[in-house]
Formats: sequence, structure tokens, C-alpha cells
Amino acid sequence: MALIELRDIRKIYDLGEVRVEALRGVSLSMEKGEFVAVMGPSGSGKSTLMNILGCLDVPSSGSYLLDGRDVSNMGKDDLAQVRGQFIGFVFQGFNLLSRTSALENVELPLLYMGVPRQERAKRALDALRLVGLEGREHHEPKQLSGGQQQRVAIARALVGGAPLILADEPTGNLDTKTSDEIMDLFENLNRTKGITIILVTHEPDVARYSRRVVTVRDGLIVSDEPMEKRTEIEKEGECA
Amino acid sequence: MIAPSAILGIARKSLRTNKMRSLLTALGIIIGVAAVVAMFAIGTGANKKVAEHISSMGSNLLIVRSGSTTSGGQRMGMGATPSLTFADAEAIQKECPAVALADPSASGAVQVVYGNMNWSTRSEGTNGGLLAIQEWPLGAGRNFTDSDIRSSAKVCILGQTVVTNLFGDEDPVGKTIRVKKVPVTVVGVLKKKGNNAMGQDQDDTLLLPITTAQKRIYGSRFQGRVNMIRVKAASEAEIAAASEQITALLNQRHRIRTAEDADFSVMNLTEIMEAAKASTQALSLLLAAVASISLLVGGIGIMNIMLVSVTERTREIGIRMAVGAKTADILFQFLAEAIILSLLGGILGIALGAGASVLISRYAGWSAVISPFSIILAFGFSAAIGIFFGYYPASKAAKLDPIEALRYE
Repeated sequence: MALIELRDIRKIYDLGEVRVEALRGVSLSMEKGEFVAVMGPSGSGKSTLMNILGCLDVPSSGSYLLDGRDVSNMGKDDLAQVRGQFIGFVFQGFNLLSRTSALENVELPLLYMGVPRQERAKRALDALRLVGLEGREHHEPKQLSGGQQQRVAIARALVGGAPLILADEPTGNLDTKTSDEIMDLFENLNRTKGITIILVTHEPDVARYSRRVVTVRDGLIVSDEPMEKRTEIEKEGECA
Repeated sequence: MIAPSAILGIARKSLRTNKMRSLLTALGIIIGVAAVVAMFAIGTGANKKVAEHISSMGSNLLIVRSGSTTSGGQRMGMGATPSLTFADAEAIQKECPAVALADPSASGAVQVVYGNMNWSTRSEGTNGGLLAIQEWPLGAGRNFTDSDIRSSAKVCILGQTVVTNLFGDEDPVGKTIRVKKVPVTVVGVLKKKGNNAMGQDQDDTLLLPITTAQKRIYGSRFQGRVNMIRVKAASEAEIAAASEQITALLNQRHRIRTAEDADFSVMNLTEIMEAAKASTQALSLLLAAVASISLLVGGIGIMNIMLVSVTERTREIGIRMAVGAKTADILFQFLAEAIILSLLGGILGIALGAGASVLISRYAGWSAVISPFSIILAFGFSAAIGIFFGYYPASKAAKLDPIEALRYE
């Protein structure tokens, strides 16, 4: 069974006078363990697609099966529950709680899952260790570098055991070297933990880490092909 | 929804992270609750003071005052010639069954000298009944005797303030002092009584036999006549009866036919005090009302800052929602913050109000009594305000759209 099954997803924003059709019939299927890059220019409907994939929004029509359950008609609280259980978010701007330690930031999803305190701390420490931030658990975001902050965000996405990570321009605020480190981390998580990763980016260098590239334009998927085809020569050997 | 303890934890953490903002938010409640507690304390204190005043003047007290006298068809002004006599006082005590004691009273300022010390004080003439009427026991020595009164003996009883100023640590009983140049022997010393309701030092006094006072000290124009007789009724139940008996007796003695011609009046102190009590109660209600308004304003302040805080923390709310917080989780987090703030404000306000009450009673000389009722009231009120004014901002936070909230700059 596919982890993600989108069928004819449409999203229409009714802005009073104008009706904007952000998605005009998107169908997409992803298996567990995939590493997919979603590319497309701004205004292509890429963000709307990500919001729906991330269960932050629901489509106007069409169906979305996430791990076999239909989430396309769920209410706000059910969506919140699904997000907590299935999806970890990594944002361009990190989106960590300021003046809150790395550990507490990572604990946040567990808090809303109702995990007891002792276990929360233990699991958050494990997640921080996994992203290579052992010993920084009591640092606040402002005491950490951009790359480290993004690692905290990744730990937060991992800690709940979500099978899917949605990364929206995760390297947009980082320099090239740090970007590579973060992307290596994603790739490693995908390969060793089997975590499905959906990456939104407009940088080909970053997209290269994925194994499948979906391109969105004007509310439609215009291409959906394996990475190998696009960059056969450069990626050879690196991409297993 | 997650466990209440977890929500409390989040709220506490959030408040601790923003100490200054939390303090400013709570400030309105702190001041409001402090005002309620202090105002209540002052109101209760005023009531208690009135009650104390009644008992310090003597319980079951009636005062007979001389009124205007008619002399040859000409009505004289109030108190121009004292119409009450020592004999009247004696008659009231002997012939009115509802009366326990009657004491003719006259007073005047006197200069007293002992050795090289001198002091100016208020003196009062009595037949010795004053101590029993005002329930003012002797600390040392004796009261005036009937023979002191009859013979206008040159004796006196001193209040503590006079003792301190003339004698220091010396024992005054048996010593002779000069009252307006007349040598007088101290026979007794009163126990300390403290200030009266008006803040007057009641211990700054000197008692003389009424006869001595009029003849030897004041040199009154109207010997044997006084403007006031203090009467103590036999019991509280007999105050009204005493008043009637005194009126009847004096009407007869002064040959009064109609009430209009009466050259005296009988005042029932208890009634006056009841009226005073009612007015202080009205005062304390008014104070409480004013204080409640400040509490209300404090509550609106909490709502205001919570609203600003929700806007300011839009992104935080978005993050929480993205990682799985439900509507109720966000609602209760903000509600819990508001309630914690107002309860904390309540506790600090109670402390501040209590402190202010103590300062007011110490430096302004008003009495302030902190009642448990006012503390419970203020505490309950601040909790209610937290819920009431915290709900709107909290529901606003909970209704935010996660996408919009995450995008908020």
C-alpha cells in the first residue's frame, strides 16, 4: 500500500470576486521510503500541494489517502492528530520556539501526543543524538548556528516516530557547506531509517539528493521522473 | 486534549520565558486586588473603631445635656445657664430604677506643675462615677470617696500621659501637684486606654472631684450646676426605660409641662453609634465598589496584553499546531496563562494590599483590619477575571489557521 495516494486533488481559493484555482487535478502516489523532491516556480501551486500533503489544509475536491486513511475531509483537530502521528515538518526558517532549549523544542510533538515527561526527555535526547547534537540539548536556538537549528528542527520532526518528513526549502537559509551537511543527514535518515522524505526546493543542487523529482506548474504536475534520468552522469555512484 | 498538568507546564514555562510581560500583565490585577483588600481593611477598621468608640465611652451610656432655660419669660440660648444640678444627678441615680450610675460632669483645660515639670492637660470633674461608666479601671491608688466630693477635697486622679510627663518613672500616688496653682494630692492613677476614634489621647487627662473642680479650680459662675450628666443604664435592655424615667423625673424636678419647654435633652449614645456604624458601612461599600472598578480595569488589562501576546506569538501557535496541538490544547494553554497570571496577581495583590493596610494604619492613624472574607473575595474575583478576560484571547489563538500562523512574520 502506498504511503501517499492523491487522486485528482483540486484546491480553489474563493477570494470573493476572484476564484483562484491553485491545484487543478493533481494525482500522485508515493511509497514508503521514497525521497521525493517537489520543484516548481513560485505561484505554481507547490506550496498549496505541500500544505495539503502536510495535512495543514484540506483539498476542495479529490481524495488524499495517507497510510490508507482518507484525510481529505477531516476536521481541524483530526488533522492535528494525523500531523502529530505521521508527519514531521522542517521549514526554511527553522520555526523553533525561541527562548526554549533544544531539548524542549524537540519534546514538543511528544507533549501533544501525551507522552509522559520522563519518556519525552529520553526520546528527545535520542533524536538529538541522531542528528549529531549531543551535548547541545540545553542550548537555546539563538545560541546555535543555522545548521544546528535546522538539526534541532529535524530532530523534532523525527522524535514522534513519524514515517514522513516534509521539508520546505530546508536549506534556503543556509550556506552551501551547511546545506550539504543537512542534505546528507536527510539522505542518511532516508536510507537507514526508511523515512519517507518530501523535499520542496527550487535548487537543483539540493534536489539532486532525492531519487524522484516532481515538477509542478500552474497547478498541475508537469513531470514526475526518477532522479537518475535527470542527472545521469553527475549522480552516478552517489545514488544507490 | 492533553493532560491538564502538561498544559499547566506549558503555560508556566511560557510565563517564565517572558517574565517582564507576565509581570506587566499581572500588574493590573495586583493593583486591583490590593485596592480591594486595602479598602476592605479600611472599611472594616472604621466599623471596628466605631464599635470600640462605643465601648470606650462606656456601654449603655446616656447623656443628659442642659438645654435652653426660660428666665422671666425670656428664653435663653442653649446651655447659657446650665440647667442641670448635682442634685439632679443624685436624684437620677437614686430614683430611676433603670439607671445604675449618674455622674455630673464639667471639664476645662488646666496647667499642672510637679517640681520643675509642667504639663497642660484636659481636666474633668466627676463624682467618682466616671470610672465605672467608662469602664476605666485604676492602675494604682483609689477612686474619689463621697467625703472627697462633699468636702471638695484637693485630690486628683491622673491619666497615664500626665503621669509620664510629670513624673517619669516616679510613683505619683501620694505626691502633691499644682493644678492651676492649687496644690492637689494624687490619690489614683488610671490604666492606659489609648486613643479614641478621633485620634485623641484619652490618657492625657486629670480627674477631679466635681465639687473641687468647680469651686477651687475652674471658679465656675454657676456653682453646683453642670451642662452634662453621664448616665449608665443598668443594662442594655433598660436603656430606653432609663431614658423615659430620666425625662419624667427631670420634667417633674424642673417643673416642665410640655416637651417644648424642656430645658434638657436625653441622648441615647447607642442609637447615635448605630447611625455612625451604618454610615461607615456605607463608606466601606463605596470603597469596595471603587476598588472593584480597578479590578475590572485590571482584568481588561489582562485581556489587552493577552490579545497582543496572541498576535505576537502567532508563529509559536503555528508551530505548536503543526506538531500536533489541537484547538483545545491551544485554548487551554492561553486560558491557563491568563488564570495563572490573575491568581499570581491576586496573591501579590493580597500581600500588597495587606502591606498597604498596615502602613495606612501605622502612619495615617486609620485603623485597618484585614478580614479573611476580603482575601477570599479578592482571590475568587481574580480567578474569575482570569477566566473571563482570558477566554476571548485564548479562543482567538485557538482559532488561528496553522498555515497563516506559520507564515506570520
